[in-house]
Amino acid sequence: MKWFLAALRWAWRLAVAAVVLVLGRRGEGKLERELPASPRAEGAVAALLFGAGLAGVAFVLVYAFDGADTQLLGAAIALALGLIGAALILAAGRVLPQEQLEEERPSFAVPTAEEEHHHDEAAEETVRALHKGREGVTRRRLLGAAGATAGLGLGAAALTPLASLGPRVGKLLEESPWRDGTALVEENDLPVRAGDLEVGSFLTAFAEGADKRELAAAVVVVRVEESELELPPERRDWAPEGLLAFSKICTHAQCAVSLFRYPLFAERSPGPALVCPCHYSTFDVLSGGNRVFGPAVRPLPQLPLRIEAGRLVAAGDFSGPVGPSWGGVREGS
Amino acid sequence: MIRRAVRFLDQRAGAGSALGKALRYVFPDHWTFLFGEIALYSFVILVATGIYLTLFFEPSSSTIVYHGSYAPLQGQEMSKAYASALTLSFEVPAGLLIRQVHHWTALVFLAAIVLHLMRIFFTGAYRKPRDLNYYVGLTMLTLAVIEGYAGYSLLDDLLSGMGLAIGNAVALSIPVVGGQLGTLIWGGRFPGTDAFFSRLYIAHVFIFPVLIGSLMALHLAMVAIPRHTQFRGRRRRESNVIGTPLWPGYALRSLGLFFSVAAVLFALGGLVQINPIWQWGPYEPYLGTNGAQPDWYLGWLIGALRLMPHFDVVIGGYTLVPNPFWGGVLFPGLVFGFLYAWPAIERRLDRDYAPHNLLDRPRDNPRRTAIGAALFAWVATIFFAGAADRAFVQLGVPYEGQLWGYRAASVLVPTAAYLLTRRVCEHLREDGGHPGRGSGARVLARSRSGGFEELRPQGQSAADGEQG
Repeated sequence: MKWFLAALRWAWRLAVAAVVLVLGRRGEGKLERELPASPRAEGAVAALLFGAGLAGVAFVLVYAFDGADTQLLGAAIALALGLIGAALILAAGRVLPQEQLEEERPSFAVPTAEEEHHHDEAAEETVRALHKGREGVTRRRLLGAAGATAGLGLGAAALTPLASLGPRVGKLLEESPWRDGTALVEENDLPVRAGDLEVGSFLTAFAEGADKRELAAAVVVVRVEESELELPPERRDWAPEGLLAFSKICTHAQCAVSLFRYPLFAERSPGPALVCPCHYSTFDVLSGGNRVFGPAVRPLPQLPLRIEAGRLVAAGDFSGPVGPSWGGVREGS
Repeated sequence: MIRRAVRFLDQRAGAGSALGKALRYVFPDHWTFLFGEIALYSFVILVATGIYLTLFFEPSSSTIVYHGSYAPLQGQEMSKAYASALTLSFEVPAGLLIRQVHHWTALVFLAAIVLHLMRIFFTGAYRKPRDLNYYVGLTMLTLAVIEGYAGYSLLDDLLSGMGLAIGNAVALSIPVVGGQLGTLIWGGRFPGTDAFFSRLYIAHVFIFPVLIGSLMALHLAMVAIPRHTQFRGRRRRESNVIGTPLWPGYALRSLGLFFSVAAVLFALGGLVQINPIWQWGPYEPYLGTNGAQPDWYLGWLIGALRLMPHFDVVIGGYTLVPNPFWGGVLFPGLVFGFLYAWPAIERRLDRDYAPHNLLDRPRDNPRRTAIGAALFAWVATIFFAGAADRAFVQLGVPYEGQLWGYRAASVLVPTAAYLLTRRVCEHLREDGGHPGRGSGARVLARSRSGGFEELRPQGQSAADGEQG
């Protein structure tokens, strides 16, 4: 045991000495030139380069005969590149001349405080050349103003075609395909029936005939216990049989509100809510889409529903503007 | 051979002496100087792999029914963009490898730029005469973030579509002009017209790469003209630069770094899956998925969007500042605004208008280091807040509690980082020691009378300051 500890101690001392030697040598900052002349290192570099060539061939072979397996291709090309890298770094450190050079810097930056007194012939030459160009010109301010006007006018003209990129915003962001009587259909265009949904379930529906990619076309339909509804008085008949429909587009950053949280133990859990997975804005279902958590400011627009011969049909347009807020959105409208 | 080539160039371009000078160009050594090179080499790999990808990718939002080899999506209607990315991943030999290398490289590109920026900031390398080049670098970082976002948005999978939805909402949230700006860029209301995809494509494969490439050339020229900075050390002065000449030592070492970077990136692209777009499915505005995360360099923005309390600025029924503005525009604007303004602020504070070619160690300027630490800690805290939903899913920490925790942390962590860093720097500066070096051993000398006394080697701090 004793000799083992002694050996360990010696090994430790040697390791420390080696580290000190290596680090000490690095810090010396030699300005002279050294030729390593190491045939062993040259051999190692050559071996690495040959290896890289073989790995490159392996890449070609994997591509041609092994169905271009992504892992093998990656491994082969990475090996080829890595071996070249290792060869170059080894060559730079152990084969080529090692030298440190000292170079004088060009000095052109002077402290601002001294700039006035500093005499830089090259800069003065440039200034003189520039000044020469305006010799004999008398009405400089007039010409300057005229030039600025031309620049502004041309700049405005150059930017104007950018307006062709898109339509005027106007009422574009308020468009909605929903009218009184628009039927709700599923993704496969089949009508949504009131009986399709159990309490606690939800589905995505669209305005019949509308482009499904249109922002206001999609709604999320949920069913809750009718007795638990706490809708404002003017929306009392918007949720027949506990069925509610909301815009699927979050009012914060227009991601799809695709999570429905329905409490399993109603007494202890928060009420049913729709959640956007982008920034976790959470909207209370029972009160008609009020925000209860997250960065959204406006409530989720509710779509009034009624049931016609078992089918779900809109009883009008949304309670508010669909999509994220922007200048033209009126709060509570 | 070599003589003939040099003479050929010299007689036609007069390049002989300039070339000779360039070969003796001196690079000072320090491991932190490599971040910028890694960024440069990543850009080269991005361009090379990107060109390959353009040969297969079809930037079109018109739809087709998928009949490729990935069974779970067969028969689904999807955009040609998404379908061609699937074909590229499954049918084109080596296509998936190149696509994954491209994506990994984008992540490394931005990581290298950010580390490079931190090196520049903490060592004061942005001071005159390099402040102008520092602005060029910051501009490239901004462009690179947008370029990366445009790149992964092109694929039109569910994740990229969700990212574009948020991007459009952030554009709409810009006061006064936002509504019209978003409508112009997207060619209409979100998700936009077909033209939007070709715009995104040309921005990603042409406009932004050309801007970044041109600025990069300018950046390198402006590094070379005043020569590199160097740390303090023996013989190193403001007026000189000491290091390895370009030829042959540095050229080979740097090429070795290029191949090593490429090796790591191709190994990642071949062996470690990234952005498996076939799992997300095609995007529709009415679809969303839980636990969606952007590429890392946008994590700070999703964190800011999630942390921001819910308020708009509404004046008489007109929403002047909608909520996404705070996290999506104001927050990055403040961070970049501060970074752009800092060199001028520091000059004013110190009344130091002199040019600086010698770098500070972080401890040499405790105020700068503490301010930098606070800034990066602030951004990092908000970045981690963006991952709170993953922490909830994987560790079960309640999301709402985390949100309040992060809101508090976004004030407390930068403050603590500032105070702690400043103290550590001041302590180190007085102490003269190096946290990673020195054994703490002391040299004792025995006097003739038998007593001991400690010897303090002269010029210890100068020797410590020397960089290997």
